[in-house]
Amino acid sequence: MTPQQATEIVQDALLQIAPEADLAALAPDTDFRDALELDSLDFLSYVEVLSETGGVRVDEDDYPKVSTIAGAAAFIAAAGPR
Amino acid sequence: MAEFLMPSLGADMETGTVTEWLVKPGDTIVRGEPIAVIDTDKATIEVESFHTGVVERLLVGLDERVPVGTPLAVISEKVAPAARHRAPAPPAQAPPAGAAPVPGPSPEHVPAMTPLIRRLAAERGLDPAAVHGTGPGGRVTRADLERATAGEPAGKPAAPSAAPQTRIQKTRIQKTRAQVPAPARIKASPLARRLAAELGVDLRTVTATGRTGAIRADDVRRTAAAPPAPTAAARARPRPGMRQAIARAMSRSKREIPHYYLTATTDLSAALTWLRERNRQLPVPRRILPAALLLKAAARAVAEVPQLNGFWRDDAFVPGEAVHLGVAISLRDGGLIAPALHDAANRDLADLMAAMKDLVGRARTGRLRGSEMTEATITVTNLGDQGVESVHGVIYPPQVALVGFGRISERPWAVGGLLGVRPLVTVTLAADHRASDGYTGGRFLTAVDRLLNHPEEL
Repeated sequence: MTPQQATEIVQDALLQIAPEADLAALAPDTDFRDALELDSLDFLSYVEVLSETGGVRVDEDDYPKVSTIAGAAAFIAAAGPR
Repeated sequence: MAEFLMPSLGADMETGTVTEWLVKPGDTIVRGEPIAVIDTDKATIEVESFHTGVVERLLVGLDERVPVGTPLAVISEKVAPAARHRAPAPPAQAPPAGAAPVPGPSPEHVPAMTPLIRRLAAERGLDPAAVHGTGPGGRVTRADLERATAGEPAGKPAAPSAAPQTRIQKTRIQKTRAQVPAPARIKASPLARRLAAELGVDLRTVTATGRTGAIRADDVRRTAAAPPAPTAAARARPRPGMRQAIARAMSRSKREIPHYYLTATTDLSAALTWLRERNRQLPVPRRILPAALLLKAAARAVAEVPQLNGFWRDDAFVPGEAVHLGVAISLRDGGLIAPALHDAANRDLADLMAAMKDLVGRARTGRLRGSEMTEATITVTNLGDQGVESVHGVIYPPQVALVGFGRISERPWAVGGLLGVRPLVTVTLAADHRASDGYTGGRFLTAVDRLLNHPEEL
């Protein structure tokens, strides 16, 4: 998976939870839980989508890694080619 | 012969509007079945019938605002044998004679979607029931709308675990994005955009305070609260009565209820370790949030201290027959609603988590039921996501107690004479001193602490 593909998967997951998210205005290393005002249920929904479409299980210990676009993209890319 | 009256769906409700009849004259209705959709100042609610019988007449038209207690329909008690086991209202029934056409199908068939998405669907002339949702829980996303607008076939059900399918979906989304002309972009947080759409606020009129010059939700709320500019005046804000309804209930509470407040701090080490271990073994969709554990502990504790579970009516305490836990849910437009999780003390944790997800989803984007609006016996508010340390709440009358949970945070904590760092939560109880005393309230907080220290029993 290329970094570009990984980033797209993350962005699509976010758009499913926050359909109006202006991802262009979101810096890759910004914690989007704050920026998009997601509560813990919203974030869990995002993790569900990311786990499914990224093909990688996101454990709770991984939450800090997947709460920025760059971090989440690196996380699913590191999970290996699919 | 019985009359179906405009029900009181909470202490703060004075009037309501029938927005949809789920039955028509001649239908047989069984007690407990949904009969109408009613709009109050706070929510859109599916109301169940209190009677079994045949619907004789509908007495009020759609969109007519009437006081609580107004007869809405006449139900005769004779039951046509053939019609006894009427299936739940089929979708898109012909509207009752004389009523305005009812847009939209019955609630079971309306896909979950946010008000914004619903509005966008309406603007594009799409039937919400025909849009296939690919979001979590079948939620309709903007991409689904764009697909539907472009006349493309709906995506596969949301199980895009196979890579090729994911790529196909993405190609489709990109294609449809290109087809829809992008509006001039104003920098705003997604929540701010959603709010602006819901409140009818033009983003161009909002002053941004975000660090990067982006508009944040609070900016939209401030603009919405300000006297409307002439151009915005014509736009209807949804539920303008929400604030007044909350004001009535909270004023009544502070006028009538002598509150007392108790606070305790609970160490969540055991609970969070247990939960993390449990979640690690489960598929992601079955993961349980700490919030569900706190709800369960509160429900079990109040079952042990029944003096806090029920209502103050006619100068006496009336105990609740079960623990129906009201869950305070912020509606993100400044609104607040606290529908009930029925029989929360006896439901297992997985069930409670699923019910909480469902309740929050329906409170924000769909429909609640009448019983959920009226039957809560105690309310829990959890402001932990907001970074709040503790909540000293205002009791929702006629209930007699309100439980508050603050943020779970790591703080210094002495254990066995040693100072350590533990995840702690501050639990508060606001209780009605007419119905209980501080000693009783203290027993409740002790029970919460004990239960959270033995999470495997929850």
